Amino acid sequence: MNYTYKVGCSIENLKGVRDFIRTSLKNHGVADLQISEIVLAIDEMCSNLMIHAHHCNPDDLFELHILVDKNNPVVFEIVDDGTVFDINQFHEPAIDNIVHQKRKGGLGIRLVKSIMDKIEYQNRSGRNVCRLIKSVHYQ
Amino acid sequence: MIHIKRMQEDGADVIALIGEIDASSSIELDLAIAKSVGEGFTKILVDCGALEYISSAGLGVFMSYIEEFKDRDIRMVLYGMSERVANTFSILGLNELLQIGKDKVEAKQMVA
Repeated sequence: MNYTYKVGCSIENLKGVRDFIRTSLKNHGVADLQISEIVLAIDEMCSNLMIHAHHCNPDDLFELHILVDKNNPVVFEIVDDGTVFDINQFHEPAIDNIVHQKRKGGLGIRLVKSIMDKIEYQNRSGRNVCRLIKSVHYQ
Repeated sequence: MIHIKRMQEDGADVIALIGEIDASSSIELDLAIAKSVGEGFTKILVDCGALEYISSAGLGVFMSYIEEFKDRDIRMVLYGMSERVANTFSILGLNELLQIGKDKVEAKQMVA
């Protein structure tokens, strides 16, 4: 099953993104706690993309695809035309430093890496595709 | 979308979070805590009973006050979290860095 959601780069749209993921995964009986972790990770990726790659321009659109297949991990694809930011190349600040420097950011990418099994980047017909892969338990 | 209500109980400021905190709404959490501190409260209780979701933007707000509160001897305790929200705090071990109580009774004991 393949679900698609097209969204403008306004952070006001994050709520819609979260609802889309919850509904799609619930259809397949993914456990609630696991859905909430996945929602958190994808919310972080989408908000980073909206803010940093698209400067919150609501006219810039990107697509979120969810590919669910009972016998395989779930694959999330974020497809856009902005500048690629490969989080695998990013060394997130230590939690201690975040506390000492009174930083408000720096936790998001750490969360994504903790939650997702694998994150990879591809170029497909000139568009950027960020693939996030996660094994889930179906109830 | 988040609604934030503040009320005072036994000398503590109770900040109730209702709804979801994400990148678009974390500023409101920051403003509410800043306001409480600005009004001179040294005991801050954050009621998370109706908090349905929190993203890193919201977690970051709580983290950003840890040092200042230590320096100024301000005590903040979060309480009443659902399993989902509690799990979000524990993924990165933030539950070890913040004070988190089970319910309001325990939270009041923790700031006393």
